Amino acid sequence: MDLLVAVLAPLAVAPLMPLVRRFAGRHVGDVAAAIPLAIAVYFARYVGTLGDGQSVAFRRAWVPEIGLSLSLRLDGLSLLFVLLISGIGALVCVYAGGYLAGNRRLGSFFGSLLAFMTAMLGIVLAENLLTLYVFWEFTTLTSFLLISFEHERQAARAAAMQALLTTAAGGLCLLAGVILLGLIGGSFEITELIERGDAVRAHRLYPAAVILILLGAFTKSAQFPFHYWLPNAMAAPTPVSAYLHSATMVKAGVYLLARLSPLLGGTDLWTVTVTGVGAVTMVVGTVLAFTSYDMKGILAYLTINVLGTLTMLIGLGTELAAEAAMIYLLAHALYKGALFLVTGAVDHAAHSRDLRELSGLRHRMPLTALIAALAALSMAGVVPFFGFLAKESYLHAVVEAPRMWPLLTFAAVVASVLVVAGAGLVAVAPFFGTLSEKADRAHEAGFRLWFVPALLAVAGLAAGLLPQTLAAPLVEPAVAAIVGEPVPLELKLWHGVTLPLVLSVIALAAGVALYVSHERVRSVFDGTRVLGGWGPAAWYDKGVTLLDVVAHWQTGFLQSGFLRTYVTVILAMTAGLAGLMITHFGLTFVERETIGVRWHEGIAAGLIVAAAFVAVRSTSRMRAVVALTIVGFGVSWIFVLFGGPDLAMTQIVVETLTTLLFVFAFYRLPKFSILSDRATRFRDAVLASSVGIVMTLLILLATGVDQYEPTSEYYVRSSVTEAHGRNIVNVILVDFRALDTLGEITVLSAAAVGVFVMVRLVAPKGGRS
Amino acid sequence: MEILLAIVVGCLVATGLYMMMRRSMLKLAIGLSLLSHGANLLIFTAGGLTRGQPPLIPQGETLPPAPYADPLPQALILTAIVISFGLLAFTIALIYRACHVTGTDDLDQLTTTET
Repeated sequence: MDLLVAVLAPLAVAPLMPLVRRFAGRHVGDVAAAIPLAIAVYFARYVGTLGDGQSVAFRRAWVPEIGLSLSLRLDGLSLLFVLLISGIGALVCVYAGGYLAGNRRLGSFFGSLLAFMTAMLGIVLAENLLTLYVFWEFTTLTSFLLISFEHERQAARAAAMQALLTTAAGGLCLLAGVILLGLIGGSFEITELIERGDAVRAHRLYPAAVILILLGAFTKSAQFPFHYWLPNAMAAPTPVSAYLHSATMVKAGVYLLARLSPLLGGTDLWTVTVTGVGAVTMVVGTVLAFTSYDMKGILAYLTINVLGTLTMLIGLGTELAAEAAMIYLLAHALYKGALFLVTGAVDHAAHSRDLRELSGLRHRMPLTALIAALAALSMAGVVPFFGFLAKESYLHAVVEAPRMWPLLTFAAVVASVLVVAGAGLVAVAPFFGTLSEKADRAHEAGFRLWFVPALLAVAGLAAGLLPQTLAAPLVEPAVAAIVGEPVPLELKLWHGVTLPLVLSVIALAAGVALYVSHERVRSVFDGTRVLGGWGPAAWYDKGVTLLDVVAHWQTGFLQSGFLRTYVTVILAMTAGLAGLMITHFGLTFVERETIGVRWHEGIAAGLIVAAAFVAVRSTSRMRAVVALTIVGFGVSWIFVLFGGPDLAMTQIVVETLTTLLFVFAFYRLPKFSILSDRATRFRDAVLASSVGIVMTLLILLATGVDQYEPTSEYYVRSSVTEAHGRNIVNVILVDFRALDTLGEITVLSAAAVGVFVMVRLVAPKGGRS
Repeated sequence: MEILLAIVVGCLVATGLYMMMRRSMLKLAIGLSLLSHGANLLIFTAGGLTRGQPPLIPQGETLPPAPYADPLPQALILTAIVISFGLLAFTIALIYRACHVTGTDDLDQLTTTET
């Protein structure tokens, strides 16, 4: 129950935020931060208690019919994520209060942010895969709102749409995969599925389920080739980028992979795909970072690199890799969060994030420069920052990878070199060198804008200095949850001279060298921009254009505004589907007593058919009306012959009135003329005939169906005893079904009023009545 | 007889729908009328045919003498006849008015709400 309250608390408070803004004014961010802070404090008490793979669970049936239960479970992996989400969430709230101070829609901003928090907490605490999916899509929706916060700008709307379409498409794949998994394993509860892991992995639908789920995780975590949406999502306000697109939401995919790796991992399909895609993303992210001059853009590409690395590590599936993934995850959240927020401060102060316009900022923003340097050192993997530990542990995991290690190691080192240089781009280039014009006008950011990133950066340093005390209690239970057994973890800075250390030093040295000559490197990497024309982003654009074209064509075709198009489509569907069912099930007429045809009955039937065709073929209006009348009287004759005198009488009266109406109206209307060409008439005739044939067949089938006790027995029995009437048809109409008849009378009165208005109220010339 | 009536219904539906796909509004009204006849006969036939006896209960009895026609489809059809008459009357009035205002009964000419 506590878990559920914790998950829903931010959402419950979210609608109140506009009100809070009114009363709290400038402090709205601080007030909003209280909720995630409370959650963080609450969950902090579990630190150190979940190391042996224990968990806290909550379960309540939601829609038991489809196996959907609201079940939550807190284990080591969830705890690490919960603390990241709530801890960084609280910091981001405080920061955003300063960053967006004075914004009119600050209240709704915090509302969306808190709603997002609920979604994110739901994902990492969900025990039921369907519950997880619900929260998963909720993050997609709330992130749409947050990216498009400045919706006056076209770029923000387009980016929000792109992120929505990409991740929602992936989300649908995930849903399909989850359902498949549920069908294979017979449950949607993750722990139950893991118990049946061997059976699941041996199932023939396992590959389909894996690929669908991976598509969901890869789109969410911006893996190649779905990485394109993440840099564009930087159109969001910087606190959102720091929170969603670096620390939390994009890691949901990584979380899902880690969560499901005990269930789905270990197979060739899983290992090769996840490791391969992760490794490619890792390299692509760093290379693309050098094509951008936007500080946030560079950070976004470097985040893609990290997401790739994490994915690769989880794909490897070894204990070392799981350890490295969790350490790196934590380190990245600390330094990248700080760097994003620093970028926000720069943007706020200098009104630019463009590296070509910024240099020498340290003269104007010394504090911010210091924080950026601290965070960047951690990112580059310099001793004694926590990033150093992270880099060393993942190089260690890659070097000892069970397969493909030379290739993966090479990729990891190349990426590391580029990351070091990238750290220089965002933390050295804007702050050092001669003071640029834009930078000259900058000033140190407000308290919130430097204090929050400073906390994160210092945390990165502290965790590096005291890893066993500060980081191990968080990382160890998370690794235990992934691996499935307690893993004793010893974090320390100095392991002696090992291969990972050598590689780490090489990467650092090469990275520094690369940064020094980054102007030249850029010109090389700029060449890759040409590839953009064929890249996944271009495919996305083409896809959206195609969707528009198809939608336009389809709407134009289906919603033409011409009655006959609608009729045609409806008829084609009816005839097609019903015909399909008939051919599928075959024509099995139940043998039953049919009554023969007497000669006068045959005449009546023949007359109706003949008159109907005359009405169609006739070129004279009057002849058509007469033929129609004959049809009507023919039908009433049939009613008379088969025990329906009431029907016949009504039909005759109505038919007479109808004929009068037709004559009255047609007399004053244009003559019949043939308006459509031969081919159209032929097509319509074929279509109409096929529907007619289907109707005939359906009646023949329907008369043979006898599934339920006929209800009319009841009316017949109760007619005299209950309703005291002897004409059963009338009794049904005015007694048993009196309300229906009342409705019918109402319809008739409405029609009568309509007819009167249209015939008698003539609008005066000029068009107004 | 069921088979014959089923064919009659098929013909009525086919002719009615064919007329509804014409461009002329007058033909649309005729098609509507044919279709409703088809629908009424459909219910009548699908409900089962009984020759002769209407569902009436003689004085002093509580049940009609067997075999009698099923009263329920008849009640449904009775409603349907009246409703379709209302619909048809409204349609004809509408067409009458529309033709009067626009001077045409070609549905394709009615592409705007202005006259």
